[in-house]
Order: sequence, then C-alpha cells, then structure tokens
Amino acid sequence: MKIQSLEDLKKISQSYEKQIYAPEGIKVNIGMASCGIAAGAQAALNKAIENYKENPKIEIRQTGCIGFCEQEPLVEILAAGKPRMVYQHITEDKIIDIIESYLAEDFKTHKKLILGQMRDPRSLLDDDLKNPVGGIGPIDGIPFMEDVPFYSKQVKIAMRNCGYIDPERIEEYFAKKGYAAFLQALKKTKPSEIIDIVKASGLRGRGGGGFPAAIKWATCAKHHGDRYIICNADEGDPGAYMDRSILEGDPHSVLEGMLIAALAIGSRQGYIYVRNEYPLAVKRLVTAIKQAENYGLLGENIAGTDFSFNIKISTGAGAFVCGESTALMSSLEGKVGRPRAKYVHTVEKGFRESPTNLNNVETYANVPAILLKGADWYAGMGTAHSKGTKVFSLVGKINNTGLVEVPMGISLRDIIYNIGGGIPKKKKFKAVQTGGPSGGCIPEQFLDLPVDFDELTKVGSIMGSGGMIVMDQDTCMVDVARYFVDFLKDESCGQCNPCREGLKQMLDILTRICEGDGKEGDIETLEELGSMMQKFSLCGLGTSAPNPVLTSILYFRNEYEAHIRDKKCTAGVCKALFHYEIDADTCTGCRVCAKKCPQEAISGEKKKPHVIDQEKCIKCGICYEGCKFDAIKIC
Amino acid sequence: MKEVAMMETVETIDVDYMELDDIIEKEFGLNKENLIMILQTIQRRYNYLPKPALAYLATKIGVPMSQIYGVATFYSTFSLEPRGRNIISICLGTACHVRGGARVNEKLEELLTITDGQTTEDKRFTLESVRCIGCCSLGPVLKINEDMHGRISSDEVKKVLDQYE
Repeated sequence: MKIQSLEDLKKISQSYEKQIYAPEGIKVNIGMASCGIAAGAQAALNKAIENYKENPKIEIRQTGCIGFCEQEPLVEILAAGKPRMVYQHITEDKIIDIIESYLAEDFKTHKKLILGQMRDPRSLLDDDLKNPVGGIGPIDGIPFMEDVPFYSKQVKIAMRNCGYIDPERIEEYFAKKGYAAFLQALKKTKPSEIIDIVKASGLRGRGGGGFPAAIKWATCAKHHGDRYIICNADEGDPGAYMDRSILEGDPHSVLEGMLIAALAIGSRQGYIYVRNEYPLAVKRLVTAIKQAENYGLLGENIAGTDFSFNIKISTGAGAFVCGESTALMSSLEGKVGRPRAKYVHTVEKGFRESPTNLNNVETYANVPAILLKGADWYAGMGTAHSKGTKVFSLVGKINNTGLVEVPMGISLRDIIYNIGGGIPKKKKFKAVQTGGPSGGCIPEQFLDLPVDFDELTKVGSIMGSGGMIVMDQDTCMVDVARYFVDFLKDESCGQCNPCREGLKQMLDILTRICEGDGKEGDIETLEELGSMMQKFSLCGLGTSAPNPVLTSILYFRNEYEAHIRDKKCTAGVCKALFHYEIDADTCTGCRVCAKKCPQEAISGEKKKPHVIDQEKCIKCGICYEGCKFDAIKIC
Repeated sequence: MKEVAMMETVETIDVDYMELDDIIEKEFGLNKENLIMILQTIQRRYNYLPKPALAYLATKIGVPMSQIYGVATFYSTFSLEPRGRNIISICLGTACHVRGGARVNEKLEELLTITDGQTTEDKRFTLESVRCIGCCSLGPVLKINEDMHGRISSDEVKKVLDQYE
C-alpha cells in the first residue's frame, strides 16, 4: 500500500500502537544491536524462540539498544495488564527463567536481574500517549527506569526509539509518530519554512564541527544544479558509536530526517555513506529503505505530490579521513578519499561537482522530532548557543559504560559520576578525552564545565561526535597522546606536508619519550610542531591532529617531565620506565600471581609475601590486573 | 597511509571471470562510482584482491589499473595478499587501548609470531588491527571472523585461539 496522506499513516499506526504499548500476549523484546549481540543476545534470542515456538501467546522480538551497554544483553518483557520490566545480563542460560518468572508474576526470585520497570517509553514524543502502566500498580522495591541513576538525567530525542521498536518493522516506527513530521511538511509546509523551523531550533551539526544545520541547508538550496543530500555515517572516531546505535535501532528516523532535508533543499537523490565495519547497520538500512519504498515514502511522486526522493547506500572501506566531507564525497565517487581545500564549499560544489548538503546520522535523527514538537521545545533545552541534546558514548575506565543522551550544558561531573557511576575499583579520575583523535584531554579541574560546543573548545578540546573516554590513574597521558598520533599517522591521507611529516615527527618524539629516551627540549619541539600543523594543514584532520598532544602537555606537563627527566611512568604503562614490586605488607601469599605469571618470575611460599624476579619479568601486567589485594605496586 | 604490498610477489589463483562479470555488470551496473563496493565484493569472494581480477575490472569499467591500485592500497579494508582462514581483528580503539588492548595485541603477536597485517605460514590466522568496532563496553575486544570476544585479558588469548582451526 502506498501512503497518500497523514490519515493513511494514522490508520496503519493505530493498529501497531497496541503492539508496542500493551500487546495481548506476552512480548519479549531482546536488545539486538551489535553490542547486545556481542554480549550474547543472539544466543538468548534463538533459545527463547526455540523454547516458545509452540506457544503463540509469547512473541519474541528484537529491538535496538537502550544505551546501557554495560548491562547487556538487555531484555524487556511486557503484556497488557502487567508491568513492563527491563532485565539485565540476560544470556542464553537465564532467558527462559526470567520469562517464566514474568509469566508467574514473580518479581522477587530474579530481582537482581531486573534493571527497572518502565513507566513510559521515556520518549518526549510520546508524552500525549496513554501511560502504558495504566491502572497497574507499580511493583514495590523495583525502581522505575527514569529513577535508575544511569537514566535519570537523560532526555532521549535522537535515540527516542532505540530499543523500543523493532528496527526492521516500519509500522512500529509509524506507531511512534514516524513519518508524520515528513508528511506534514510535504503537504503543508513551504521549504523555506522548514529551514526557518530548523533555524529557530538552533540545531547544530552533531558530527564534529557544530555548524548550524539551517545555514547549511539554506546555502545549499540557493545554489543551482542537481542537489544531493548525504548522510555521513562513517563514524570513525574510536570510542564513539552513537551513530551505529541509531542506525541499528531506529534507521527510519535518519531516513525521515533526510527526506525532510531533501524537501527543504530541493533534492531528488540522497546517499548514506556507512562504515564497512558496521554490517548490521547496513543490513537494517537496506531493510528500512525497501520498506519505505513499499509504502511510497521513498521513490517517485511521494504521497501523490511531485516530490521524488531516492536513497542509496554506499559503504566505506576503512579510512578515517573519509569522515571529512570532501574526502567522503570523493570516496563516494569511487576514488581515493583525499580531502581538498574548501575555497569552494561543498554546499556549492560537492558530490559530482553539484551542491551537496552533508549532515551526520544524529543530526538527521533530530530533525523529525524538531518538526513534530516545534522549534521552541527544542531550543528550550541546552545552553545559549548549543541547543537540544547530545548523545555521548561513555567508555573507558567508567562503571556504567553506554550511550547517554543528555541536554547540552550538563556538567562533565554529572555525566561521569551520576550517570556513569564513577571510576571502577575506586581508582582516581585523571582525565576525560572528548572529541576522538581531534579532541583533547580534559583534567579534573574542569569537571564542572557545562558540556556544549563552545565550552569544550575553550579548554582546548572539542565536542566532536561525542566520544567520551574516561581515564584513571592507570592511564599514562604521554602514552595516550602517542596512541592518538600513531592512529592519525596511519590515517593521514598523506597529501599535505604539515600533517604527513608533522605526525611522523611527533610520533618519533613521543615514542622516544615513552621508551625512556626523551630529552630536554622535546616538549617544546612538540608544541612548535603542533602549532605549525594547526596553522598549515589542508583539512580538519591535520589542523586538529595535535590537539591530544597539546592538551596533554597543557594539563599534564608534569607527566611528560617525569618521563623525560626522572625516567618514570607513574601510571605503569611505558614499560621502560617502571617496574612491578610486591608490597610485602599487603601480600597474603595467595599464589594467584605466581600461578598466572607466564614467565614464572614470581616466587614465594604459600601465605608468605612473594617476590618478583626483575630479570625474568616482562611487565605484561597479568599479576597487577589479577591481584585482589592490590599488593602489586608500580615503582 | 598504509604499507603497500608489491603486486608482483602475489601468487596467482583461478579467477572466475563469468562470475566477476555478474558482479561488475549486474550488481553494480558497470559504474565507476561503485569501484569501492565492487572491490569489497571481490574481496568477500576471494578473501583478498587477486591481481587478475583487478586487471579485468580495470578494462571492464574503464578505470586505469593505477587508480584501482591506488584505491586498493588507500583503504585499510583491502588486502592484495591472500589472507588466512581466520581473520583476527584486534580492536585498538581508544576505549580498548585504555583497558589494555595493547597487551592483548602483544600476546597475539607473540603466540602467532606475526605482526599487524600478516598471515601465519600455515594460513590459519591473519592478524589485523582495527580502530573501534563500536563495542566499547566490552573492551578489550577481539573479533575472530564474525565472533566477538569481549573483556579479554592477555592470559586468555591462547584459549580463544584454540577454538579456531
């Protein structure tokens, strides 16, 4: 059936609303994004399907990820007249038990596996829908999802549907008001008015630069030719995976955002450039595009109008630099992905030398929500110049790893300690790295910084795509700087000198420092190289490449100095600059380290302090990681 | 920039030209813009990019061999040398790095006596480092073929490798 109007859409969505909010049988939603699958969700899903194949009342379904990756696999169970429960760590061996206990309305036996009960799907778009808990009294002693610390400060807009709908069923997206914003805009709003709404919302590009989306759209619309819409899904920043999660959990929100942009700009053809490392995202996008075409929401003469739009998918091939817009467009043309100088912007001459509008996944996913709820609602969240919400991937040395969507302006401390639950094993926070390899390391003194585009820039970092890598006392800042430079040296396209040679020189110096051969003047040379690269590199990769080095020198100069002058790496990372010793007072003589040591370098009698033979020790760290009593010290 | 392999050193294998034709023509409509995706398809089929297949592709879509070589060596996905039966992708993304991914990598290199990008002599394993596969919560992560092994420590590496023939 081809959808012709909002009424058509409403008819279809009504029949699916019940499925999502209060199905007649029992519905088991298993989080099947890449992270869930890696944690064992696929096996759990198979087991459940196999076990209940004779029981038509129990429906086993897949959804995307609700963001709490640490607790994967996550499973949600719901039914009309019953509470809606979210369970954590549900692997193959537990899935049947928890479904059975839910059927028996026993919420005590497996209480530890219950993450929370859901009052409503926590999506701002649904606040006018009936509360699905309805007349059911909440179960005592089980927190509501919105009271779970990880979720309490989150506001989900870009990720509004991730984990709540089956990403491979367009009808479920309809039931969450999907495509309503687009159809409304198609039938009732002028292109210039769409741009005005986006402008009033203050939406800035979520991919890194933070350029106002409406200005890009308006400039692109002004230039003549075959205009193209591109979605940048080449999420290359290590440690950032929100785009993957959106594509895997709610691909239609991105397609709808692109449709609205196409309408505003006047484009007939769109492309999504996805990382090759994200096969599941590609699969779900292909399914989503086919479904949208079947309903006539993509293709020729959409909903009986003269507006036509098609979307093609192109996969990258593992080049970080292709996240840069001009390199991406070159790659899309089947060429080597080398950036070009932007004397002429891509909105004027981009893909195939035509006006091209490029935004990233998260930016497009925000657009339908803005049109549905209005610019004022969106602009009501955030800070003066950064509106709405941003998804961050909170990873590294943090208790609650996962994707968090929070209003702009929230403090780093709130994100790391309240949402993230602090640092594991009671270790000390050292820095948080934001913005990926182009970003910087932010030390403890700025933890109360409100997170938005401008504040992060002020302290020498960037928002970037939203990666947030938390580092503790065991992280060596010189090693981290070396890590990023090594990464970027591999990924530099090599066409401009400052970036290609600058990174190589930086890496040589940093490697020397980490190996104990640092010398006086190295820090100053790094600073000089960095400033040269910032000024003279051709593209954003080169100009931002020194950021991790420069910020770590700025805030952790003492660590560099300790490496160079004292030949010490206090974090115990740079092997030439430390050794392990067993603290005789703390050691219980449990023998765990001695058994684990691959070099048989640890000796000692049972229940008596052990010692490490420094000649044999290769500093692999196995004993340090394995000691339950923290008796192994870095010296 | 990645290290490039010399094409001359690569062994020859039988390429099915009829099948190649189907890939280039039917699947990708002889379109130059689809070069990267054509190469991906060829690599999926042969596990690497055989030189005869690239030469054929060049004449077929009218892109010079030099340009195809440029693309094949620019993007890290592509390999011009035959790869092993099992592809190990060790994640060295930032989150895995701060959680000790490098130590796991060292252990792999030690056990297999190969480094990044190389294949063991018995063709059992190819070791490739990747920067983030988006499973940061499970770091350090090791992916072998399509299986994900999360929260790996260096002393568990051998046990994991033993599962693959």
